[in-house]
Amino acid sequence: MNKKKTLGLSVYIIFLLLPIYWLLMMSFKSNSEILGGLSFWPDTFTFDNYMTIFTDPTWYTGYLNSIYYVALNMIITLTVALPAAYAFSRYNFMGDKHLFFWLLTNRMSPPAVFLLPFFQLYSSVGLFDTHIGVALAHCLFNVPLAVWILEGFMSGVPREIDETAYIDGYTFPKFFAKIFLPLIRSGIGVTAFFIFMFSWVELLLARTLTSVDAKPIAAVMTRTVSASGIDWGVLAAAGVLTILPGVVVIWFVRNHVAKGFALGRV
Amino acid sequence: MAEIHLKSLAHSYNRHAEKPEYAIREMDHVWHDGGAFALLGPSGCGKSTLLNIISGLLKPSDGEVLFNGVKVNDILPQDRNIAQVFQFPVVYDTMSVFDNLAFPLRNMGAGDAKIQSKVSEIAEILELTEVLKKKAANLTADEKQKVSMGRGLVRDDVSAILFDEPLTVIDPQLKWKLRRKLKQIHQKFKTTMVYVTHDQLEASTFADKIALMYQGQVVQFGTPRELFEQPNHTFVGYFIGSPGMNFLEVKRCEQGVCLGEKIFPLNELEKQALQMIDSNNLKVGIRPEFVHVWDDPDDSAYRAEVEFVEDLGTYKIVSLRLGEHLIKARLQEDQKVPKEHAFISFPEQWLMLYIDEFLVAKDDHNEEN
Amino acid sequence: MKKTKSNKAWFLVLPVFILVAFSAIVPLMTVVNYSIQDIFGATRYFVGVEWYREILNNSRLQDSLVRQFVFSGSVLLIEVPLGIAVALMMPKAGKWSVVTLLVLALPLLVPLNVVGTIWQIFGRADIGLFGWGLNALGMDYNYAANPMDAWFTVLLMDVWHWTSLIALLCYSGLRAIPDAYYQAASIDRASNWAVFRYIQLPKLKSVLLIGVLLRFMDSFMIYTEPFVLTGGGPGNSTTFLSQALTKMAVGQFDIGPAGAFSIIYFLIILLVSWLFYTAMTHGDSK
Repeated sequence: MNKKKTLGLSVYIIFLLLPIYWLLMMSFKSNSEILGGLSFWPDTFTFDNYMTIFTDPTWYTGYLNSIYYVALNMIITLTVALPAAYAFSRYNFMGDKHLFFWLLTNRMSPPAVFLLPFFQLYSSVGLFDTHIGVALAHCLFNVPLAVWILEGFMSGVPREIDETAYIDGYTFPKFFAKIFLPLIRSGIGVTAFFIFMFSWVELLLARTLTSVDAKPIAAVMTRTVSASGIDWGVLAAAGVLTILPGVVVIWFVRNHVAKGFALGRV
Repeated sequence: MAEIHLKSLAHSYNRHAEKPEYAIREMDHVWHDGGAFALLGPSGCGKSTLLNIISGLLKPSDGEVLFNGVKVNDILPQDRNIAQVFQFPVVYDTMSVFDNLAFPLRNMGAGDAKIQSKVSEIAEILELTEVLKKKAANLTADEKQKVSMGRGLVRDDVSAILFDEPLTVIDPQLKWKLRRKLKQIHQKFKTTMVYVTHDQLEASTFADKIALMYQGQVVQFGTPRELFEQPNHTFVGYFIGSPGMNFLEVKRCEQGVCLGEKIFPLNELEKQALQMIDSNNLKVGIRPEFVHVWDDPDDSAYRAEVEFVEDLGTYKIVSLRLGEHLIKARLQEDQKVPKEHAFISFPEQWLMLYIDEFLVAKDDHNEEN
Repeated sequence: MKKTKSNKAWFLVLPVFILVAFSAIVPLMTVVNYSIQDIFGATRYFVGVEWYREILNNSRLQDSLVRQFVFSGSVLLIEVPLGIAVALMMPKAGKWSVVTLLVLALPLLVPLNVVGTIWQIFGRADIGLFGWGLNALGMDYNYAANPMDAWFTVLLMDVWHWTSLIALLCYSGLRAIPDAYYQAASIDRASNWAVFRYIQLPKLKSVLLIGVLLRFMDSFMIYTEPFVLTGGGPGNSTTFLSQALTKMAVGQFDIGPAGAFSIIYFLIILLVSWLFYTAMTHGDSK
């Protein structure tokens, strides 16, 4: 790789990492040190901010809630999107083009007002403040995206494979699960990454549709703003903690995702 | 135009490893100026590697590549004046066919008038005139291959065109057409052409001379006929022809070489060679086309059991069991097919002796190479 | 690839259809319903297109709309070229490509309000490196007081957060280009620019389409990040459409006009997305 590229990329990566580094470092400082002056490294390293969070049960239930509904959303989204993407990649059917664009339009509703009927709808069917409720709501924007990404990967698998399997006597479900899905494994990895990402970072719907039982971590975070002003240290620690699950998840699936991206089917 | 000389060339992808594996083993090879050559071999024999070394996409780890006697190892592909046609058609999808053909000229800064005339000339030859205005993305596979070839032909300075299995994705009925086109172009332009393929039919219809590669080496370089009649190496015998040559493992005996009781007579040169080399890896080979099949016993014929017969339309292949060996013979359409057993003989003229897998020449008359 | 014609494929799509329709249709109908009625507690009057007329003539909202278009335009103009550039600079394979992918993915995994928090801290002149740095360079930077600074910070924040999305999509698109294309180009003596223009860019078209659409829709509805950072201020400088809408719907509880506003908002996004979609797929079929 030539030097100019490495240099350019390094500059960009520093631009990405610096704000996160700043947050991370601040989370290990006491409030007096934060407000006392600028430093790249904490003078006195403290875990107090994190202790505040961990000793408060609303914090870690917030965590569990977020992880729970994101996981549910990933399962639901993939379950419905996989067959649909297969249909789009293999067949022409009545209204396919319109259906696809309609799916996409569901990303386009401005939340503010739509939140109200959403809230009413979900309350009326008893989904308010449940994890499954948030998971279902997030399907609205994740399913179209998942269908689109998966369709790309599936189109890369030659049709002959389907035909051979049917000739060999496979039924559709068996063929799909045993032969087809393993072939697009890394594609599923990439899709899962995007689903996780959009569901994890979304706040408006998640906050509107929950009150106590399924309250997401990102909503819990706002508690750090109290009457006495912002508790910067705890806020920074909370911020770090909300990034962490994403980092852990992507670390475990890094090779899958890297392979999926490198397949160039997105 | 150029003569391409590969001088003590070898290539290894892991040269600095403890035991480097060579994709190309050391060879010395000359492609004469203006010839049409095929580089034939099974997959993984190193033929594509060799092609990429010639075009400069790959730098050889050892030896030299000479164009007209000038070393080009360190010259970039774009400065070597070669064109290459790849296995899958490479066209610039967003450009029209005209722009595709004009692309190399424009990159060289040629004037509009020159581009116009050159592109229309080449389009005419390649029968692309009709589609010049079309977007390249919308062409059929064979048209795309013609466009990628055309990008090589528009340049005056092209000294060689390299083809890397260019017909792989072409429909069978169009293959022969495109192959004929290639041949015509070669006759017209007299540009050195090197054509990589694993298909012997493609190689022999296109090329004046074929280099057959096996395990990183050119095992024989000769006309299609030479490769057929006098395979230099048992691999050539096996690879060329359909089916390949029959090989029988034989032992030394007083009269020459023997297969059990059967004696195969040798001529003087062969006998000398046998004395000079004390290897026991001895084989005789004969083409199925040259095996004689008789109904009745004959002095020089051996009795063999008929195993099975394959009818291939215009001819038949009979598999015969001779002792432990299976021998294939090709029968002409009108020839009677023997039942149960037959008598076969091997004309001396076509019976080749191989020591350590290499052919022992039957006469002193050496072929050109 | 040739596709078979079969309406049975609908069975495979049906779950998606039901699931999405459940969450999409009822709320949309309800909002349409709001937009044509005047609601006072339990009493409702049909007002037709009255709210629509009012919204379209509201000059504050027109300002917001302009601001919104300038913002989304800037987002696309910066993030798309930058994303492509980053993708071009990424290592093609090996350990470093995995590392780069991970780092690029990092900002994408930060919850939207935390993105706001990060920049809220980072941009402050007293405790944030960025704000402090700019001030140290002699710039009088304060996103809480100066409208231009606030606007710039929101933009920078968005670039920080979302350029990776474009970069990852493009990286994937670039990997799909067989080596033979680069080899042919090098033999044809194509310049780097020509390689980009005629080989790489055409292959990126489909990933860019989705990237541009996603970025347009999300930036056009940006809410959480500026809300956390500046609360829409100073003045109205970072009050984008979503925020204006929220003020109307939640703050003033003008549910009728807010409904009309939402529908217009939705239609604008739909129209622009459709324009992008048609413009970028134009010429594919010819």
